[in-house]
Amino acid sequence: MSDINRVVVVGASAAGLTTAETLRREGFDGLVTLIGDELHLPYDRPPLSKQVLLGTWEPERTSFRDDATYQRLEIGLRLGVAATGVDTGARTVALSTGDRVPYDRLVIATGVRPAELRAGHELAGVHVMRTLDDALALQAGLARATSVVVVGAGFLGSEAAAAARTLGKDVALVDMAPVPMSRQFGDELGGWIGDLHRDNGVDVRTGVGVARLLGEGAVTGVELADGSVLAADVVLVAIGSVPATDWLVGSGIPLDDGVLCDDMCEAVPGVYAAGDVARWHHRRFGVRMRVEHRMNATEQAMAVAKNILGEPKPFTPVPYFWTDQFDARIQAYGMFPPDAKMTVAQGDPADRKLVAHYHHEGALVGVLGWNMPRELRAARALLLED
Amino acid sequence: MRVSIDEDGCVGAGQCVLAAPDVFDQRDEDGIVVLLDKEPGEHLHEATREAALLCPALVIHLAE
Repeated sequence: MSDINRVVVVGASAAGLTTAETLRREGFDGLVTLIGDELHLPYDRPPLSKQVLLGTWEPERTSFRDDATYQRLEIGLRLGVAATGVDTGARTVALSTGDRVPYDRLVIATGVRPAELRAGHELAGVHVMRTLDDALALQAGLARATSVVVVGAGFLGSEAAAAARTLGKDVALVDMAPVPMSRQFGDELGGWIGDLHRDNGVDVRTGVGVARLLGEGAVTGVELADGSVLAADVVLVAIGSVPATDWLVGSGIPLDDGVLCDDMCEAVPGVYAAGDVARWHHRRFGVRMRVEHRMNATEQAMAVAKNILGEPKPFTPVPYFWTDQFDARIQAYGMFPPDAKMTVAQGDPADRKLVAHYHHEGALVGVLGWNMPRELRAARALLLED
Repeated sequence: MRVSIDEDGCVGAGQCVLAAPDVFDQRDEDGIVVLLDKEPGEHLHEATREAALLCPALVIHLAE
């Protein structure tokens, strides 16, 4: 550890903060600098599309730690500052302020940015959601809105549609895929999620894409590829995300849909990545993966901090993620490849309580629980058997 | 070590139970955390700290 005096972490969200805290917990007493381009103290994102949008949580409640904690842990926060480049030879990070910050070890935890439609984002009332400011802008828009169209029925879009509907808005949920969340969980389970939304009064428009957003100055509607028009005074575009790696182009750090890392989450000597932005080689599964889920941000950041300080170990988690929509809490462990076969192992979709198993190439690769948390935790053990 | 939980923010992930099954459990119906041991013994401290760190909703608070 003697050659490591300065660790710089770029990205001040769950993965970045956990890296910094774990370094301290593991006894690192050198400089820790946490750089983030937002002005807010580091905060948690999953509640944004749930409690914050619903207004049941004040925005401050998403904050991870108070000022005093950063001071006590001697984590140097540089907020409202973007990293603009890395010199891996000189081992410095360039900042938007013009400063260069030297590092012995660098951790990239810049996450992802929302993907956008080809056109229409300049219209008032059209939103994306990633940051707290995005969520507050959408919440303010929803307060005045009558009709809401959510484009994209993945995690974020489906959750936001449920929240908007719970707030009493007319909501349409649009996706090119045949059912909501089919990319995540397949068509059969996604069909049940579609039913859940329909039963709660959401206009589910799946199997059809968006032709264009309508309106001059402010959005008034969404025209679908089949020619139908949905009225909208708020549109949320939730069509996925792209790794925030533009600042690393030309740095020599390998990029391919994320920061390419080895088994230990190291990209080039002395440079690591954690969280949504990291594409690492999962030795146990034998695949390169990038996981955009909250739990992975914590686990990967802890692994990176420990790998920096001690004997490096491969990062081989069982991914965990969850989503809350209306009264459904859906939790999942493992992987859910598009061609996996889903079977209901416990419970019944008619009761909206079930545990599903996902098999791929003969092996159990994922387990999913719908309002059956204890049973799901037991099912997780099955994943670890082979 | 004194453990407290913010039940209200719990998302029912069950990571705490996986990390420290002697200290945490989950309610049957919704998976919300149940604190089994408010003052876990020395031998459970490391696992309890791990649970607090892993909690994706950060609702486990430790006073040491």
